[in-house]
Amino acid sequence: MTIKKHVKTGLSALALSISLNALAAEDPIKVGILHSLSGTMAISESTLKDTLLMLIEKQNAEGGVLGRQLEPVVVDPASNWPLFAEKARELLAKEEVDVIFGNWTSVSRKSVLPVVEELNGLLFYPVQYEGEESSENVFYTGAAPNQQAIPAVDYLMNEIGVERWVLAGTDYVYPRTTNKILETYLKSHGVAEEDIMINYTPFGHSNWQSIVADIKAFGSEGKKTAVVSTINGDANVPFYRELGNQGIDASDIPVVAFSVGEQELSGIDTAPLVGHLAAWNYFMSVEGDANYEFIDAWVDYTGNEEAVTNDPMEAHFIGFNMWVDAVEKAGTADVDAVKDAIIGVTVPNLTGGYATMMPNHHITKPVLIGEIQDNGQFEVVWETPSTVAGDAWSDFLPGSMDLISDWRKPLACGNYNVVTHSCGGAEEPAE
Amino acid sequence: MVSSNLNTSKPWLLRPFNERSTQLFLGILFGALALVTILHLAFPEGHALHVSAYTVTLLGKYLCYALLAVAVDLVWGFLGILSLGHGAFFALGGYAMGMYLMRQIGDRGVYGDPVLPDFMVFLNWQELPWFWHGFDMAWFAFIMVLLAPGLLALIFGFLAFRSRVTGVYLSIITQALTFALMLAFFRNEMGFGGNNGLTDFKDILGFDLRSDATRLGLFIATGIALAIGYVVCRGIVLSKLGRVSVACRDAEARTRFIGYRVERVQLFVFVVSAMLAGVAGALYVPQVGIINPSEFSPLFSIEVVVWVALGGRATLYGAVIGALLVNYAKTVFTGIMPDAWLFALGGLFVLVTVLLPKGIAGLLQRRKAPEDSAQAAGQEVTA
Amino acid sequence: MSILRLLTGLLLLLSLSLPAGVYAQSSDSEASALLQALADSSYAQKQQVISDIVSSGDERARTWLEAYADGKLAQTKDTGAFVFVLSNRGRDWTVADALSGDTIGEMSRRNIDRIRINNALRKELEGMLSVIDLTVDDADTRLAAARALKGEVDAALAERIGTLLDTEADDDVHDALTEALAIYQVAQGEVAAVAVLSGSLNPQARVALNNAAQSDNPELAAAAAKALESIQTKLKINSAAETLYFGLSLGSVLVLAAIGLAITFGVMGVINMAHGELIMLGAYTTWGMQQLFPGQPGLALILSIPAGFLVAALAGIAIERTVIQHLKGRPLETLLATFGVSLILQQLVRTVISPLNRSVVTPEWMSGSLMINEALSLTLNRLYVIGFALVVFAGLMLIMRKTRLGLEVRAVTQNRAMARSMGIKATRVDILTFGLGSGVAGLAGVALSQITNVGPNLGQSYIIDSFMVVVFGGVGNLWGTLVAGLSLGTINQILEPWAGAVLAKIVVLVFIILFIQKRPRGLFPQKGRAAEG
Repeated sequence: MTIKKHVKTGLSALALSISLNALAAEDPIKVGILHSLSGTMAISESTLKDTLLMLIEKQNAEGGVLGRQLEPVVVDPASNWPLFAEKARELLAKEEVDVIFGNWTSVSRKSVLPVVEELNGLLFYPVQYEGEESSENVFYTGAAPNQQAIPAVDYLMNEIGVERWVLAGTDYVYPRTTNKILETYLKSHGVAEEDIMINYTPFGHSNWQSIVADIKAFGSEGKKTAVVSTINGDANVPFYRELGNQGIDASDIPVVAFSVGEQELSGIDTAPLVGHLAAWNYFMSVEGDANYEFIDAWVDYTGNEEAVTNDPMEAHFIGFNMWVDAVEKAGTADVDAVKDAIIGVTVPNLTGGYATMMPNHHITKPVLIGEIQDNGQFEVVWETPSTVAGDAWSDFLPGSMDLISDWRKPLACGNYNVVTHSCGGAEEPAE
Repeated sequence: MVSSNLNTSKPWLLRPFNERSTQLFLGILFGALALVTILHLAFPEGHALHVSAYTVTLLGKYLCYALLAVAVDLVWGFLGILSLGHGAFFALGGYAMGMYLMRQIGDRGVYGDPVLPDFMVFLNWQELPWFWHGFDMAWFAFIMVLLAPGLLALIFGFLAFRSRVTGVYLSIITQALTFALMLAFFRNEMGFGGNNGLTDFKDILGFDLRSDATRLGLFIATGIALAIGYVVCRGIVLSKLGRVSVACRDAEARTRFIGYRVERVQLFVFVVSAMLAGVAGALYVPQVGIINPSEFSPLFSIEVVVWVALGGRATLYGAVIGALLVNYAKTVFTGIMPDAWLFALGGLFVLVTVLLPKGIAGLLQRRKAPEDSAQAAGQEVTA
Repeated sequence: MSILRLLTGLLLLLSLSLPAGVYAQSSDSEASALLQALADSSYAQKQQVISDIVSSGDERARTWLEAYADGKLAQTKDTGAFVFVLSNRGRDWTVADALSGDTIGEMSRRNIDRIRINNALRKELEGMLSVIDLTVDDADTRLAAARALKGEVDAALAERIGTLLDTEADDDVHDALTEALAIYQVAQGEVAAVAVLSGSLNPQARVALNNAAQSDNPELAAAAAKALESIQTKLKINSAAETLYFGLSLGSVLVLAAIGLAITFGVMGVINMAHGELIMLGAYTTWGMQQLFPGQPGLALILSIPAGFLVAALAGIAIERTVIQHLKGRPLETLLATFGVSLILQQLVRTVISPLNRSVVTPEWMSGSLMINEALSLTLNRLYVIGFALVVFAGLMLIMRKTRLGLEVRAVTQNRAMARSMGIKATRVDILTFGLGSGVAGLAGVALSQITNVGPNLGQSYIIDSFMVVVFGGVGNLWGTLVAGLSLGTINQILEPWAGAVLAKIVVLVFIILFIQKRPRGLFPQKGRAAEG
């Protein structure tokens, strides 16, 4: 009989706790935070959780939003992709949060996407990604490929005179898509097939010996060579170490990385990296009062004098402020109202400019190229003259060059085909 | 574990119904299914007794894990094979179902391509790879749910058991198997969506996956699948074949010398177990909405073994208890103590193994006849 | 190599080779004006400013340019003074006056404007410095400078190299200069120079010959093609040697990670899923030691070897006492309990230290590579790891074969009951064996900290490979682990160039699965009764 009892009490307790929570006070506005605090992604995501808690604390100290306090709801999806979907459902259905800030990897976003759409939630996604997506319920505050990869390649091609390209990445969808886009882009600029080398490695790859030897051989053919790296997270340290040890330094073969920021560098002996490049929309070293204020707040919040800030943190900073503005503009935290109100909202970014939410749910960003310094910071060597608007659908992929996204009424379509004049993939075709 | 009222003249699949533990298990399972269904349907949202669709799906997921745990317990508890790669069979079943669900999306994907799934469109695939054909038909996909893991288990088992690979060597190569498959499925060239896996499913057999009714249906289907899986396993255990397999577990060499073809018994049980794991995976995918290579991860397979050990090995119902308990704990802990839940989970594993050698089922059994527990302990398989 | 660079270099050379005192310091205001020009100019103009600085003849010029190349030359925003940045961590930086060289003290980084430099300029500067280095006394510096000039020679420099060759006494430097000159000459179409490059492994020489082989001059093309052929054969041999080295290096990492497991798992029969976390503890110990001895990464690393061993061994003994000893006779359940321990240890590191990776510095003597020839260099950190793995292995063999403990361990492994009746304290042996195996895992961690990330996930990435190696080699056999680790590493590296990293790994796994079918007890099966355990 004991099993029965166990199961029964377990079930009813579960049911009870769920319904009680649903009934709980409506007063504060609930903000869901969906970042991994354990597992492989904790390394990147846990600071984003703290960033949000800091922003929420500050907002509450200033009186909250619409006179209501913000209440953070933190859950741990534990770097487990199905768990992301489950936790998103928990946040939306059980905790009834008004907005979610979260996710880092593409797969976790893909896992959460159907849930957010089904339950009509709001998700702010702060990381640079592959594009090829536009959801009514998701706001992409990180860079699309045209806000990071293409300007970086332009810089190498025009300023450094690179003629031979190694596209090295971890084997998942972001590097695959980015490299596809870059390959088309490079070829359209007259780079020959044999001057492009593409290489994929698994997650956490640590034995780079032969790949680096290949790169070295590839780069010794007399043409200026550069590596465009979409290598993810943990694999970077052994990669740069091997580069340094095999005697490749930044003046021979520069590496421009899209996934190496201040936080990653804080865990690396930076000596072999000096002079290599990264392309982001924010660097901690950018000078300006907005940035200084943010850094000071972050150092105070963490209590760590050497705490660093990075690009996804800025994306959350922008996303959070945009959401606050939109809620105030709409006069309610209701998802549909905020979704409409937020388009066109403009807030200051941390690099001295402004970010605007575009109708395709992407934002405008400046693109900065920085050289890595020995203290783990970047020195900006180049930047785009003005901000670049994120492009949800790449112009360099055959499947998506005819698609645009515009969530304003009456179009309200994430993948409108300008050739066939139909909203492809939507439930009701336009014909 | 042989019940005294065992009627050997009945067909093997009906024998478990004479057993008190099976009756009890099925009674509780169907009782719980009915209770959840009633609470979900009869009470309006917001009512204190209402069980939300979120909870129903969550319970459905637990039941999938429970079925997987039963499959693992069948080979570990009754055959003595510690499989550290059952996640592979689970994931293969899941992928077969995922491919069917992907094909059901049709032209509702973001690119509106009538045949190719979205991830193939933007990675420039020109046509559907050959192994994706047929998955637009439900019957084919459902057969593959059984066939894909079954076939893999058959080939792998045939090689391994024929060569008399045993003990820890067998455990480690099952781990190698799932690890190799994980790496393979991570590769985008394989045509299974790489790291992103398969997601954004719309409907199953014409039912909208987003509707609460479909969710409830899937939950009930999983419950029934668990019941059938349990009865099949119990039936095998109670049959003559089951007794030979227990003999293999306890003394493989002696069983062989008596004249049994040990490897055939092992192969049969192993394949059945793999198929059950495949079914669990297939039911799991529509409920969680994604299948990705991380299900092949060796750590996941080890975790499944931990559920079984926690619940109590060689009891089957113990596996169910373990799977439900650990996963419920995970859900609760990741919500209420996100920074420290691994301490709680890790501590649970350590304490239960040290303090409850026979798992939770051991606690339950202690009140029953003492000779049962003596047998349940079984013999350890080591190098 | 631009004319400008050469000229600047020669000027700098001149300024430095003149007796001290001839060149007075320019006045501080003049110096400030020069540096101000450097700070204000665009990247395109900076080259000119640099040559202005050099031609000013100021004796501080070289210090400025070196600091500039290192990104240490800066200007304060409030006073406009020029400073050297001495320490650049955190929000406050230590600086020194660039004109007087006196240390000023700490200053907010926000007040400091670094004078910007990019890779192109840095390369120019380095080129200037290498032209100067051609005439210094130290032969090694001259050699490095001469090598750096390969492929960089232009008409003006060629002439200068010609005169330098007459006086150069060191053979190696002489050869390097000759080759550098020959690369230039071949590019100019001189057939005679091809002979010098024949057999050269320098990539720049290869580029020059490749171009020459396409040339319109049939004589030159034929000679170049022939020279290339001889180079190709040499390259093939070198690349085979390189692959072998890569294989051994990967293999030695596998051996290090697995050998501790071979003791706890192979000898004691404990399936220790927390083995990876013990490796992680060793790596964190290295990080901790480097925090204790800031600025002395080498010393810290050497001290980490005993410290890492101790920390991991103590952690291992704690695990043995609290968990494993209660699981006697239930070895498979050790898998489950230690799986729990591994989760706890990982989260402990995340909570107590940080979820982020920690930066472990590579000491100077472990960075870079040992150059065998111009196509083959062995990376030093991996060379040390190979050596370290072999030393650890030899040490373990010695303990197991030659000491009382080893004897007792082997006795307990073979027949626990019999050993106990002979008076061996089996419990003590268990503790020591587990401590030893864990300590060796700690040593692996110390070595891995020089190759890969030090973070909470470190252990997980090695645990599965470690089990594969131990099982492939044959449980309970240390030689098996060594051979298995090295051969799996080599197979992987041989496959990698044509199969890719992922496929190579899959092939190795499938190979292990099939190999176990052939030899169900690994490469070196245990014999006797212990095998039937």
